[in-house]
Amino acid sequence: MSLVVESIAKRFDRFPALKGVSFSAPKGCFLALLGPSGSGKTTLLRILGGLEFAEAGRVKFEDIDWLSLPARDRRAGFVFQQYALFRHMTIAKNIAFGLEVRGRRHRPTRAEIARRVEELLSLVQLEGLGKRYPSQLSGGQRQRVALARALAIEPRMLLLDEPFGALDAKVRKELRHWLRHIHDKTGITTVFVTHDQEEAMELADLVAILNQGSIEQIGTPADIRRAPASEFVADFIDSNAQVRPDPVVAIFEPRSARG
Amino acid sequence: MSTNLTDRGSTRPRGATDDHPLARTILIALGACFIVLFLVLPLVTVFAQALKNGVAAAMDSIVEPDALSAIKLTVIAAGIAVPLNVAFGLSASWAISKFDFRGKSFLITLIDLPFSVSPVVSGLVYVLIFGMQGWFGPYLREHDIKIIFALPGIVLATMFVTFPFVARELIPLMTDQGRDEEEAATSLGASGWKTFRRVTLPNVKWALLYGVLLCNARAMGEFGAVSVVSGHIRGQTNTMPLHIEVLYNDYQFVAAFAVASLLALLALVTLAVKSFLEWHYADEIAAIHKH
Ligand SMILES: Nc1ncnc2c1ncn2[C@@H]1O[C@H](COP(=O)(O)OP(=O)(O)O)[C@@H](O)[C@H]1O
Ligand SMILES: [Mg+2]
Repeated sequence: MSLVVESIAKRFDRFPALKGVSFSAPKGCFLALLGPSGSGKTTLLRILGGLEFAEAGRVKFEDIDWLSLPARDRRAGFVFQQYALFRHMTIAKNIAFGLEVRGRRHRPTRAEIARRVEELLSLVQLEGLGKRYPSQLSGGQRQRVALARALAIEPRMLLLDEPFGALDAKVRKELRHWLRHIHDKTGITTVFVTHDQEEAMELADLVAILNQGSIEQIGTPADIRRAPASEFVADFIDSNAQVRPDPVVAIFEPRSARG
Repeated sequence: MSTNLTDRGSTRPRGATDDHPLARTILIALGACFIVLFLVLPLVTVFAQALKNGVAAAMDSIVEPDALSAIKLTVIAAGIAVPLNVAFGLSASWAISKFDFRGKSFLITLIDLPFSVSPVVSGLVYVLIFGMQGWFGPYLREHDIKIIFALPGIVLATMFVTFPFVARELIPLMTDQGRDEEEAATSLGASGWKTFRRVTLPNVKWALLYGVLLCNARAMGEFGAVSVVSGHIRGQTNTMPLHIEVLYNDYQFVAAFAVASLLALLALVTLAVKSFLEWHYADEIAAIHKH
């Protein structure tokens, strides 16, 4: 197991947002953190990204004591729900940012950076838009820029917080497949936060279901669907399905976690 | 299309938020009257009085040694006070908008203090602290440091009065922008300093510039607080506003208005520069605010 999370706890003003969360995932795994709003998904993801600090617990990633690394040294690509693109920079500058802020010794040459930016623009299918500003793009395009920007630093881990939450249903579906495709191509260990069970079940190798700061169940989508560990899990994956009766879920084939 | 609509304005059904045409006309007329009476007219008067005896006379009273010394002192005081206020204003806004800490709302109230306290009072406070009879008086005398009735006192008083301008421009904007972009920068490996220089600062540069312009205009024009701490030594501790008052009290009206017109000019230039920047960088400013 490459990502091992042990008893992570976090309170906000005495309110327990995470009550001792533990799980592990293999290298290169696509893990979905699924749960209702307020269950602590974002908090857990931000702790993994170094943007929030755990009160108790440990995280080991590729045999590194992950939480002792400052955020800027983790090389964890973070994708925010509201994109968080640098608004005063062009798309190309946004993508290049992580490379340009490196210390002189580790910074690629200007030509090398330009080449990387072109490569990433084509990976996220935004060729030719490098000179635009974020405000000139659609939501779906912005989120693809955000992903390209996170990928530019060759992240050890990819963290996505409801990246498609602000997009309409059609774009969401397209981006979902495209994200999985990119994951398979790069093989980066990915943690994906969502409150949409369909999205989680369709995308992920492993799904961890959070409720009120605790993990209710972790397993492959097929396992969870076959044997929900609690009434909450059964209700949660069921109620969502009723809202959106989509045959895609039924014919989905379980993917084995690689690594 | 829009001209068509206005041409046939009378046939267009009135929208819920549209006022009665008469009400609109009256409001606009009132506004225009007010602006002419209270803003344009005084400004015109300043220049008219200054040029009453011709351009040469006005120029003479500006290049006269005491006037030159006042101009120099004003520029020096603003030149020190404004950069310091930019540094303090930026740090305060940064702390307030990007971090949560106890006493934050108290700090915000405190920043507004100079606006609510009479400048004369703030000047007196500095005299009380740094004056010869003040708290630090004996210490300062012993070490031969002069603050009151000297440049340091003038700079301190100016800084106090103009402190809110930069912070007030920045806090709402920076709060509105949140810390997402800074967090993104950090996770991409940027140090605190690089994040500030490459993300935070560019995002607020127009508000900052506007704050600096206002701060500078006010710093050069400050009268009350500076009047208390300066000591009014002609040719030494008189700033432009103080020099104007001295001239005016001496019945040297042309000279007083000639120097005053420099301050008025500063105000006009400030407005012009601001308008020019807003016009020239409209796209970029819109991109920063929209997003
Ligand atoms: N900065 C914060 N201050 C106070 N409470 C917070 C903060 N962040 C999150 N919380 C609380 O912690 C709980 C979990 O939040 P979050 O991790 O954002 O949930 P989710 O992402 O699953 O919706 C919520 O009840 C939320 O109100
Ligand atoms: Mg969340």
